[in-house]
Amino acid sequence: MTTIATETIYDTIEDVAKQLYINALTNIPQDVRKALARSKDAEVAAGNQTASKVMLTVLENVKLADEKDMMVCQDTGLPIYKCVIGTDRHIDIVEMKKRLKIGAERATKDYPLRSSSVHPITRKNTQTNTGQGLPIIKLDFVPGDGLEITMSPKGSGSENMSFLKMLLPSDGVKGIYRYVLDCVFNSGGNPCPPVILGIGLGGTSDVAAGLAKEASCFRKIGTVNPDPVIAKMEKELLDLVNQTGIGPQGLGGATTAMAVHIEWAHTHISQNPVAVNMQCWRGERATATIDVDGNVKYL
Amino acid sequence: MAEVHLKTPLTEADVRKLKIEDTVYIDGHVFGIRDATQIRMFDEGVRAPADMTGGVCIHTAPNVKRGANGKWEKVCIGTTTSTRMNRFYPPLMRDYGVRAMIGKGGFLQDTVDAMKEVGGVYLAIVGGAAALETMQIEEIEEVWWEDLMPECLWKFRVKAFGPLIVAIDANGNSLYKTIKDQAAEKMKAMGL
Repeated sequence: MTTIATETIYDTIEDVAKQLYINALTNIPQDVRKALARSKDAEVAAGNQTASKVMLTVLENVKLADEKDMMVCQDTGLPIYKCVIGTDRHIDIVEMKKRLKIGAERATKDYPLRSSSVHPITRKNTQTNTGQGLPIIKLDFVPGDGLEITMSPKGSGSENMSFLKMLLPSDGVKGIYRYVLDCVFNSGGNPCPPVILGIGLGGTSDVAAGLAKEASCFRKIGTVNPDPVIAKMEKELLDLVNQTGIGPQGLGGATTAMAVHIEWAHTHISQNPVAVNMQCWRGERATATIDVDGNVKYL
Repeated sequence: MAEVHLKTPLTEADVRKLKIEDTVYIDGHVFGIRDATQIRMFDEGVRAPADMTGGVCIHTAPNVKRGANGKWEKVCIGTTTSTRMNRFYPPLMRDYGVRAMIGKGGFLQDTVDAMKEVGGVYLAIVGGAAALETMQIEEIEEVWWEDLMPECLWKFRVKAFGPLIVAIDANGNSLYKTIKDQAAEKMKAMGL
């Protein structure tokens, strides 16, 4: 059932993969901009001089990147593409993955972007921002004929502040709070706060880590977990994290996190997995949809 | 919380008088270094081919492009986390005469102690605010060790580079430590 129309869709996917990488680095999302402005207001209102200076510099930088069409931050990150595919779409996943990789490589060569990808042992830079296992591609399937691609160039200052612990069932909610606060405390200014704090609860260890990444990188600020018990935990943890006073860049202040997002899965009777993943203040993410006729819409 | 404008190279007296939460702006030159650069310098023992006496370094790996004349030109230059390169700052001060490090995230206590002894400061830049930094860098003057791209040794000419917050001074004070000590007290009070 191969037609010209289905072949050109892969050219479109490749172009979108390239453009999303550049968009994510140059144009930070609206929900993040609003949260940054709220953070600045909170620091000014609290009379925190250094934190206010930091947040004003952050906002000036975002504005400058808009005006000069520049990257907001120098970290090209590790490219992650999350693809949500309609089951009526009949996409060749192998071809799509190949094209996403080529798109990331074209962005790197044409912009040009710094390549941040190295071999874990030899530390040799591939100079492409891709390599074995890169880009990271996440697939999800939904009913219908849609195709939505979200790109997150995950920065390393925040990614290095990732944590996983298999707590005990008897540790309960208190144990989870204590562990998350320890993670925030140990991270200090390294993840470029105010962060989006992503938490994965339950599942197996790898599932918890994946949920934490979903929570930090792919959820919009302002969204609330639909489960009221989890939503309450998000609210309470945000309050506790900001009570630490670690603040913007770890230099002190009222806003250590802009948001706490929790995603969860059921787990084993003997397990209580908690994973923490942080997203730096730039909250980089860009999304596009490609309809059945090949029309692209950047959201 | 004074505002201080400094011109490189810096003297010991320049850095000794800086106080926590002073705001600094730098004119002159800043050397860009990162993990691979310092692994070569200190773990592999290769002497860096640059005179860094009185120098200011920044933890960075820039986005660059080749200009028409073959010269490296800036695309986006920003700052990476310093903490993982904590152990390299004492030898940078002692063996190369570096007086100030620009970075984010700060250094640990052993390095804070070495900074007090030798006379070095840590200037916190706003991590992630790379568009602003890029505009304050006038030119990439020199690049050594291009085989480490992008983790080469870079020499940037800068103008009014900042704002930089004095986060660790040359007298043993660390704003990071103060904030963390306070955070530890607050966490204890949460009763978790």
